Amino acid sequence: MRSQKRPVNLNLFTIRQPVPAIASILHRISGIILFLAIPYLIWILGQSLATESDFLALYDHFTSPLAKIITLIIVAPFIYHFLAGIRHLLMDINIGVDLKNGRLSAWITIILAIILTIIAGFYIW
Amino acid sequence: MVKTVLGVDHQGLRDWLFQRISALIMALYSICMGWFLFTHPHLTYGEWYGLFTLTGMKIFTLIFIAALLYHAWIGMWTVFTDYIKPASLRLVLEVAMLFMLVACFLWALVILWGVN
Repeated sequence: MRSQKRPVNLNLFTIRQPVPAIASILHRISGIILFLAIPYLIWILGQSLATESDFLALYDHFTSPLAKIITLIIVAPFIYHFLAGIRHLLMDINIGVDLKNGRLSAWITIILAIILTIIAGFYIW
Repeated sequence: MVKTVLGVDHQGLRDWLFQRISALIMALYSICMGWFLFTHPHLTYGEWYGLFTLTGMKIFTLIFIAALLYHAWIGMWTVFTDYIKPASLRLVLEVAMLFMLVACFLWALVILWGVN
């Protein structure tokens, strides 16, 4: 039989992804963002424990809109990564491993993360 | 099988377990820290600094950061292995990442050491 070269579409961006796939890639992306935030967070720890004026300077630093946006850019992935991590742990003990419950837990994770992020957003602002 | 330049035969199961354990440690610390911040609105320098003078807090924090570094290492190793096929580039990035993580741990150690 003559072998044919059939067209292959492996471009993930053109394929409609099921919600567990979205939940999974968001978990990965949020992890990468948090990784990049580590030095910044250690810096803040150092500043907060240096002298009282450094501590107060941090308070001022966080009143700026830029700092608040950066805070949100770190807090939102943290919330998501935390919730998606719980989803992973539940799957490790066989909760939510079937299709129906996997989709349900993926939706819950995403929606709950959005809600908590909005609440955190108000708190930050 | 993926041949890792940095690796001998990778104990995947151990990584899987440590990923979970480090996650739980970090979750516990985050909840405790969240509780502290929640119960100390308008946090003062004295309260914050006082917290970190406690030896237990310093140790818990260092354990948290060690867990964070290991957890981040496993996660980023997975990401690099998935997306960066050229072994030499991956090796460079992995070493750079390792260096960055170890430096952050030592930085935190120095910071906490200076709190009396």
